[in-house]
Amino acid sequence: MSKTSHTFKLNGEQITVEAEDDVRLLWVLRDLLGVTGPKYGCGLGVCQACTSHINGKAFNPCSVPVSKIEPGDEITTIEGLPATVGKDLHPMQEAWLELDVAQCGYCQPGQIMAAVAKVRQAAAAGREIGDADLDEIRNICRCGTYTRIREAIKAGAKGM
Amino acid sequence: MAEQSRPPEDSSQSLSQDPPQSPEVASGAPEGPGRRRVLGYLLAAPTLAVGARLGLDAAGAQSAEAAVPSPPQPGDLFDLGDMQNLAAAPTAGLISVRVHSDGTASFAVPRAEVGQGMTTAVAMMIAEEMDLPLEKVRVTLADARPDLLMNQLTGGSNSMRSIYLPVRTAAAVARQRLVSTAAERWGVPASELTTRDGVITYGSAQGDGGGPVKSATYGSLATAAASARTVTAAAVLKSPSEFTVLGTPRNRVDALDSVTGRKKFGLDLQVPDAKPTMVRRPPTINGTVVAVRNADAVRKMPGITDVAAIKHGVAVRGETFGQCIDALRALDVRWGPGTVDTESDATVLAKLRKAALPLAVPPLLSKKIDAEFTFAFASNSPLEPENAIADVRSDRAEIWASLKVPIVAQKEIADRLGLPQGSVTVHVVEGGGSFGRHLFHDVAAEAAEISQKMGKPVKLSWSRTDNFRQGRTHPMSVSRVRATYALGNVLSYEQRHTSSQTDFGHGLGEMITSTAAKLPVAGNLSFAETIFALTQSSPYNFGVTTQLLNEVPLEFNTGSMRNIYSPNVACARELIVDRLAERMGRDPVAFRREFLKDKRLRAVLDTAVEEGRWGRSLPAGVAQGIGLHAEYRGAVASLVEIDCRPETVDRKVRDGVTGPRVTKALMVVDAGFAINPRGLEAQMMGGLNDALALALTSSLHIKDGIPLEGSWDHYFYTRQWNTPPELRVVVMPGADDKPAGAGELGVAPAFAAIACAYARATGTLPTSFPINHGTLGFDPLPLEPSTPQSPTDGLDRAY
Repeated sequence: MSKTSHTFKLNGEQITVEAEDDVRLLWVLRDLLGVTGPKYGCGLGVCQACTSHINGKAFNPCSVPVSKIEPGDEITTIEGLPATVGKDLHPMQEAWLELDVAQCGYCQPGQIMAAVAKVRQAAAAGREIGDADLDEIRNICRCGTYTRIREAIKAGAKGM
Repeated sequence: MAEQSRPPEDSSQSLSQDPPQSPEVASGAPEGPGRRRVLGYLLAAPTLAVGARLGLDAAGAQSAEAAVPSPPQPGDLFDLGDMQNLAAAPTAGLISVRVHSDGTASFAVPRAEVGQGMTTAVAMMIAEEMDLPLEKVRVTLADARPDLLMNQLTGGSNSMRSIYLPVRTAAAVARQRLVSTAAERWGVPASELTTRDGVITYGSAQGDGGGPVKSATYGSLATAAASARTVTAAAVLKSPSEFTVLGTPRNRVDALDSVTGRKKFGLDLQVPDAKPTMVRRPPTINGTVVAVRNADAVRKMPGITDVAAIKHGVAVRGETFGQCIDALRALDVRWGPGTVDTESDATVLAKLRKAALPLAVPPLLSKKIDAEFTFAFASNSPLEPENAIADVRSDRAEIWASLKVPIVAQKEIADRLGLPQGSVTVHVVEGGGSFGRHLFHDVAAEAAEISQKMGKPVKLSWSRTDNFRQGRTHPMSVSRVRATYALGNVLSYEQRHTSSQTDFGHGLGEMITSTAAKLPVAGNLSFAETIFALTQSSPYNFGVTTQLLNEVPLEFNTGSMRNIYSPNVACARELIVDRLAERMGRDPVAFRREFLKDKRLRAVLDTAVEEGRWGRSLPAGVAQGIGLHAEYRGAVASLVEIDCRPETVDRKVRDGVTGPRVTKALMVVDAGFAINPRGLEAQMMGGLNDALALALTSSLHIKDGIPLEGSWDHYFYTRQWNTPPELRVVVMPGADDKPAGAGELGVAPAFAAIACAYARATGTLPTSFPINHGTLGFDPLPLEPSTPQSPTDGLDRAY
């Protein structure tokens, strides 16, 4: 397989990158573009540490070949999240700081991206985020700061 | 400002002299009740730099508990942290606080930050003693420093205990030096100067009849306060009643970097030409390479630059980690045997039972409880996959890795590479968790081996599956307990803990060797037995009490996991305490109160009972449990409520384990002086979630020499659907003015509480942990190739 050009919008900027079609987007972001907010935790779509957004929805770049990303697709990583609300920090990040959620910090970009999508999902269904929604979040936090994550999502939702 | 002449050295003396008898003492800091005079060193440097001895006042930090009716066990008198402190005392090098012209202070701490909040606590110590805003303190991680000898170990929940005094000393001396420099410059007595928020002030703005107001920032004095040579200097520490930073809840100093994705972990570092590298690994633990049949073909795969056989696998280096996965999967390798190929859960368990030391007390004229508890192998893998960067040249090497014992790593990597220790630079990188894993430097050594063989820099990452199958495990253990009782008294408590060997080869061993002769431990105890004796003690007056360890030397890759023995030992103990209470017709809390030796444990118990509403009415299938544990000079009571009703146990989550759910949890902690209560709360939260995993959901299943687990959907660490919707942490006002260890403290009591609650809710005594270990809840990934291919259907699951 040889390299081909892939173009898409990344954190508000249209970019083009050369890569073999089957390279997963996570490696394109991290190893070729130097965007290291999305973390490698398993490469299996399980731990969710790489969670980012495609067209506003949460997904795992470790589980998507770069060839599946279309030129019109908009990829947002943690680095681009504040700009989606035109601020220095997204309300979810503010809530995270307020409640001092992070411990080692490794899962946190993925947790925040998942949280934002989960709140939007609940809002789209016409309800506030609740414990049942929070129970569906699959992101691993091996430090076990789950309680503060739950509190921060509820607090962050109020600012969204 | 013009260059100032350096202040006279009346407040400092040359190192060759004895410490000053009555040094000048900084203003606003008179020695008095609760205040303590300390000595540091002004270091030769362009701006102010102050050193203090690590290990200062460490030995004999805390006295033994008061005499107790049960003969004290070694862990009562002298615990693991004390021993680490003692080992540190005679060999300690200097740690130093530096003051910069921009008004900031910096400190390179010789410890690892892996999420436990150590850097935040250290910054708070400096901010406090310097009267400097917390945001003006920068704490980084020191490279391996052989001059510190064994005093660069992060483990045993010892960091706060061992550096609390030295760091404050350096900061206090720095403040004192800045004050005396300003006093000299202004020609006024140092005792009339005050410091606040990094500014020194003379005179009052309100005007109290004195002269004009003068002020200077620390930054403006940083150069003038510098010393041309290394001399001793004295200062006085604040008393706890004067604290405005220490003891107050503070957010982590790296929080903003964490939430913005800017925090850099090992895999995020950009070292020139250190390209992604992964390893094809053998199908059994510690297997070896016999032959690689297609290295040339794999080397030609897209993006791949190098292929090299190493001791336990075949390394590939390429443009992206994804291409490394493709390449390692394509390798055709003939493997040699590993070290435990014939071992499975059942064979290990049989060996442990056979090796168990005998229970000695015959139940004469008394009743007895005998029980045996089994604890499965568990993985201490953090979320961040193991990784290291290595750049090995012919005459030197540079390593980047999250290491808790970097000096040992430096020495052993140098030996393996055939380089002098001083030619190997080891940078300590912030870790995405550790839980015991980073006590070992095997991954850094492997990266060095690969870099040397390829002759190029490498950024090595283990795959997730590698971490579970070839990583470090907390060993399987069996705990046998016999308690005898009669006439309302417990007459004896015996516990025989038998474990597959725990690897202490990370260097703690050297400290033990050097201090063993000083330990109040009778007999000829081995390494592990010494650690066991130092960490384990029953908190109850149960008459004749013995807790002994035996280990079976199996060559698994083992290590501690957020504590060493305590969670398993305490879980077994507290289950038996509940059973004793039941047999003797007593309420479990009242029974514990009566037999507890330790007044701090009684205090946390009483608080937990009140705050957690012990004994409240709950539906059938839902029950409370309480667990107590004291260690690291701290004490915790955990009270949980578990729901074991079918509608909860049988919840369905895709590829996830549900089962019983802890719906409420309370952790009451006395950690002595709580440096940062918010950080302490975080550690208790983490301990509770680890305990949930140990009790209910997460273990490794060993089959024919390798764990079957290969992903986080196999190794079921606690997830959101397992964690309690309600968790409270109560931080007790500690009676002690010294910090206790807290990083591991919460796991054991919470594990015990969950087990006790489960026993009560189900009416059965659980004897095998985690409770779901008997059922394999997933389809194991193939053993070959060692790393699975990443999925391609991620967009189908977008939400």
